[in-house]
Formats: sequence, C-alpha cells, structure tokens
Amino acid sequence: MLEVVGVSTYYGQIQALKGVSLSVNDGEIVTLIGANGAGKTTLLNTICGVLAARRGDVVFDGQHVTKLPAERIVRLGISHVPERRQVFGEMSVKDNLILGAYHRYGKEKRAVIDRDLETIFELFPILKQREKQAAGTLSGGQQQMLAVGRGLMSRPRLLLLDEPSLGLAPMLVREIIRIVGELRDRGTTVLLIEQNARAALRIADRGYLIETGRIVLEGTAAELIANPIVQSAYLGKGYHHVS
Amino acid sequence: MEFYQQVLQYLVTGVTLGSIYAIIALGFITIYNVTGIVNFAQGEFVMLGALIAISLYKNQVPIVVAFVGSVMVTTLIGAALQRIAIRPAKGASTLTLIIITIGASITIRGLGLITWGPDPYSLPAFSGDQPIAFGGAAIIPQSFWVFGATIVVLGGLYAFFEWTLLGKAVRACAINVSAARLMGISPSSMALFSFALSAGLGAIGGVVMAPMTLATYDMGSMLALKGFVAAIVGGFTSTPGAVVGGFLIGILESMGAGLISSGYKDAIAFVVLFLVLFLKPNGLFGGRDTGRGGL
Repeated sequence: MLEVVGVSTYYGQIQALKGVSLSVNDGEIVTLIGANGAGKTTLLNTICGVLAARRGDVVFDGQHVTKLPAERIVRLGISHVPERRQVFGEMSVKDNLILGAYHRYGKEKRAVIDRDLETIFELFPILKQREKQAAGTLSGGQQQMLAVGRGLMSRPRLLLLDEPSLGLAPMLVREIIRIVGELRDRGTTVLLIEQNARAALRIADRGYLIETGRIVLEGTAAELIANPIVQSAYLGKGYHHVS
Repeated sequence: MEFYQQVLQYLVTGVTLGSIYAIIALGFITIYNVTGIVNFAQGEFVMLGALIAISLYKNQVPIVVAFVGSVMVTTLIGAALQRIAIRPAKGASTLTLIIITIGASITIRGLGLITWGPDPYSLPAFSGDQPIAFGGAAIIPQSFWVFGATIVVLGGLYAFFEWTLLGKAVRACAINVSAARLMGISPSSMALFSFALSAGLGAIGGVVMAPMTLATYDMGSMLALKGFVAAIVGGFTSTPGAVVGGFLIGILESMGAGLISSGYKDAIAFVVLFLVLFLKPNGLFGGRDTGRGGL
C-alpha cells in the first residue's frame, strides 16, 4: 500500500533522513520505533507532504505522491495525526471533527459524513459529551482522542500516528493503543510512531527501528521484541515478553 | 445643556467615524490572521470601493446596484492582488510580503490617479440629507447607513466564521496552518479568500462613507492608518477587538477634535496607539491563548 524508497529529507543543510526505505501492507499495523531526534516525525511529515523529500520516492497505491503538497495527499487517503495533537484549540470539538472531513464535503453526501461523525462519537464517547466545548480546554488524553478522531474523519485508508501516547498517563496509553488495534480491525492500515516501543510492539504486526536518520533494523513485532539491541536500548532492562 | 449637546454631537460623529475604522480594521485582521501579512493596501480597497461606486452612479446605474457592483469589483481586485503580487512571492519572508503590499498600495493609488484624476468626487446620500434630531444632536441619515453597514458586516462575519465550512477552514488556517493542511485545507486558497474578503469589507466601508466625505484617489492612506491603529488597539487578531478599537479611535478623535482642537484630529489616533503600546502592548484584546492540555 505504501512504499517509501530511499528517501532523504533535509532541514536546510542538515540531513534528517538518510535514504530511508520502508513499506506498509494493506491491513497492517507497522510501527517505527527509535529515540528522540532519530527522524521518526520527519519521516511521517515527508510521507504526508508537510516536508519535501530531496531524494527518493514515496508511492501510495501505485501513485507517486513525493511531490504532492499535504493538502492534496490527504485527499488520496493518507491521514496524518500530527505530534503534540495540534487540535484547533479555540474551536469546538465538533468543529474540529468536521474539519477532519473538510475535503469530503461537496464530494460525498452529508448523511455519510454525519454517520462517520456518529461512529467517532461511539469510538470516543467522551468527545460526544464535550461536543460543544473548545478543544483547547480538553485534557491531554481527550485532545489525543480528538486528534485521532479528526484524522479518521477524512476516511483514510492509511493512518499515520505520531506519538499518540506522548505525555499521557499509562492507563490512557493502554486505551489509545487498544483503539489503534480496533482501528486496524475495522480495516484501517496504520503506521505508528512511538517512543514507547513496548506499547507499540504489543499491537504491531511489523516494525522498523530508526537511528539517526537510517533504518537499522526491521522485522516482525515478535522478532523485534526478541532482538537484544531493541531489548536493551528501547524496552528497558529486565524486560520479559509475556504472551 | 449646551455642552451636553455638543458632546452628544461629537459622540454621534465619533460612532460614525468609528464604524468606518472598525470595518477597515476587520479587513486588516482578516488577512493578518490567515497569512501573517499586514496588508498596507487595505486603504486602497476603501478608495476603490468609493470611486468605483461613484463612477457607476455617474453612469446612471442605480445606487444600490452601484453599491453591490463596486463591492464585487473591489473583491475581485483584492483576489487579483493576491494572485498577481503575493502568490508569486511564495516562500518569501513575511516582511517581504508586507513590503509588496506597500508597493501594491502605491501602484493602486497611482492607477487611481490615472483613472479618476486628482479631483474629489461625491456620492449623494442613500436616503436624503435631512438631519434627524436626537436628544439635541443632529444625525445625518447616512450615519445610520454607516453604522448599519458595520452591524451587518459583523453579523455576516460571525455567521460565516461560526456556521460555514469555509469559515471554519479559514479559522483553522489562522490557528494552525500545518494542521489545517493535514485536513486538506489549502493555505493558498485561504489566503486568496482572505484578500478577497478584506477587499470586499474595505469597499463596503468606502461606499457607505462616500456620501459623507469627498472621495479622492489618495483617501486610502489616512483611513488605512486609522484602521491599522484600531486593529492594533484591539490586539490585531481579535474581531471584537478590532471593532472596539475602531469605535474607540473614532470617538476619541471626534471628541478631541471638538473639545480640544480640530488641528489635533489626526494626531489623536496615534497618541492612543502610543498609550496602548506602552501600557498594554498586546492590545486590549490580544494575548489570548488556550492551553494544550497536558503539554
């Protein structure tokens, strides 16, 4: 579904991605783990068109999207839930969700979009309760749910999630991770970025490890969990996989 | 009684002036919120609105049609300005873009001079010149048009930004451009739209004020400065702020001109600007920030 081939992205003179390649297949949860500053967010921003790759290619469903701007790529079915949530703080929860479906208005029937809104409210009942409240007044966890809900309102086939657990209490992390699994079961393909490798690998099918702009390891989630490098550097000492 | 009547008269004049400044200030913040550009050609939109309406009226077009026609033409000119002068400079710094608007302002004023010459023009009042007595003050009917236009504009903007998808998209773009792009909202389209909207607002101000003042090709500069001051006083991002700022400047200017000396009329707005910048640098309505919740 998604093929990233030898992508290099720069911030001015600084090279943040050094020929990164990865692929995501239909129906998978693929996770990208790595330390702060390794290039995880840069890679997602390059895929979704916020940043332009200087070299390499991004192919989505056989179509080259490397040169397309972000506002076009979302129309093709890639939705990016950005880091630090970035909800529209002064606008209501409902307006945030409606804007998530911005490009669908005029193309699809209003009733279809309204039904999707109800689905989001079923997935995140708290958002229904806070429907009219300004998004900036929600707690961190609620804002994350709103950001995910907003991303889903565009009806993506591929969802890019950037650190959904960042700054959340452990219980909320589990909740978010559970929801990511549920999304996959409903047919959405997910590329998940996490510093919390343990949580991410628990639900992922496959994973990649990125270090200083390069993919250094790839494999199934089970392989990565069993890998000594991953264990010592990303899962913490004394980690045991409990199946 | 005499003094009270005088003050009431100045207040009426001030509210009328303030309505115009408020409309111009709204034009400034509409573009600024979406693009970060301070559009120094804002006053030229007012001039175009007034002079195009006058030209249409002189060619036997009914006043209502001249009003609507002028606002539409000016709106298109605003859109064209964004496409011709701003968009090609994509990627340039905001300062560069602001300087471009200064250039655009001078260019439009020059074209205005070529088209209409240096002579002042006037438009007849929309509903007669017979002043209406109000508690000892005389109100010319056009004042109601000016004030009414401001109310309609405010109501229209509120409805647009709160209730329409396009309005919400414009706001989203103003709050967070990169997140807005992830929703499929094109910043370039929103910038185009904000220029068109601002031009339309300026033109409305120009047409309704045309019967009260003489319209000339260079009328825009001072009006733009006053509207700019009003916008800054209001915090430069807030709609209510721009309106309050507009009325504040209008009323103080009118009071100052009447009670102190009419020679200071134009200086008063700038004294207010200095006071606001010294005492409350974010403006009366500025500096509002909503939390990110947990981060």
